[in-house]
Amino acid sequence: MKGLFVLLLCLIPLFVYADEAKDLATDPVLEKRMIGLAENLRCLVCQNESLASSHAELAEDLRREVREQMSKGKSDKEIIDYLVARYGDFVLYQPPMKSYTILLWFGPFALLLAGVGLLLFQLRKRRQTLAEVELSAEAQQRAAALLNNEKDNQA
Amino acid sequence: MMRFILPFIVFVVLAGFLYVGLNLDPREVPSPLIGKPAPAFNLPQLHDPAKTFSPQEMKGKVWLLNVWASWCVSCKEEHPVLVQLSRQNIVPIYGLDYKDKRVDAEMTLNGGGDPYTVTVSDTDGRIGIDYGVYGVPETYVIDKQGIIQYKQIGPVTHRSLNETILPLVAKLEKQP
Repeated sequence: MKGLFVLLLCLIPLFVYADEAKDLATDPVLEKRMIGLAENLRCLVCQNESLASSHAELAEDLRREVREQMSKGKSDKEIIDYLVARYGDFVLYQPPMKSYTILLWFGPFALLLAGVGLLLFQLRKRRQTLAEVELSAEAQQRAAALLNNEKDNQA
Repeated sequence: MMRFILPFIVFVVLAGFLYVGLNLDPREVPSPLIGKPAPAFNLPQLHDPAKTFSPQEMKGKVWLLNVWASWCVSCKEEHPVLVQLSRQNIVPIYGLDYKDKRVDAEMTLNGGGDPYTVTVSDTDGRIGIDYGVYGVPETYVIDKQGIIQYKQIGPVTHRSLNETILPLVAKLEKQP
């Protein structure tokens, strides 16, 4: 009798099943697509978090919105346009190429080019100053005399 | 001489950028909705859910749409400023009660005064998304044509009222 009781007690954990809180989506494919899209979008509340990873309430609402629009058959681009119309380009982690983002996109390359240019310029200048100067015979003699002198002094 | 001037110029330019950066608030995201029509909605009124309110009804008037909630701390800071403004009868203030419980919202308005001509309940925050709300309080200045002319992010203060919002309202009032 006691053994049976213990056996029953041992069975209890089998009925306790923990799972992560279920999100609204029941469709795993759609959920995956939503997360994929939301990873490239910025949460506006915690600005260094993506929409996929943020726990802010707004992020949850926006994920719900994205999910609903996806299940209505909207394309990723339509959904991104929807968010950009409301929150601006700020929601995009990858800023679009526009007249006012040219500096952002090409600034680093411009700086690199400027750096390479400056380096080449300096190297050329250096080579010029280091160029060997032909000594006249007279100067050679003077130099030799000076060097010999030095040796004498040291000796 | 050049050896000193060039690094000095670089320093001044960098310091200039950093100085400007000090005064920029990264939390203020410019709204793409400025200059665009205020998104339409038709929501139940807080005090009388049987009645609804829609921005459509405000055509021909300059008005403020204030997004607030009873759970929002900065809204409490802003509340007395709005109550005072509403007493001056300069511009009507309409409230959008964002993701809030009706009971809590009514309690807040009963306690601190009700500056709103009408408050509507955006219980699930969908209209908030349409307006690009990402942090309450936010206040929109909407002109007679129903175009959003300005968005104040964060609480309305006496300073922002006097320096920005009220001059803008006065200007918009003169337009047809």
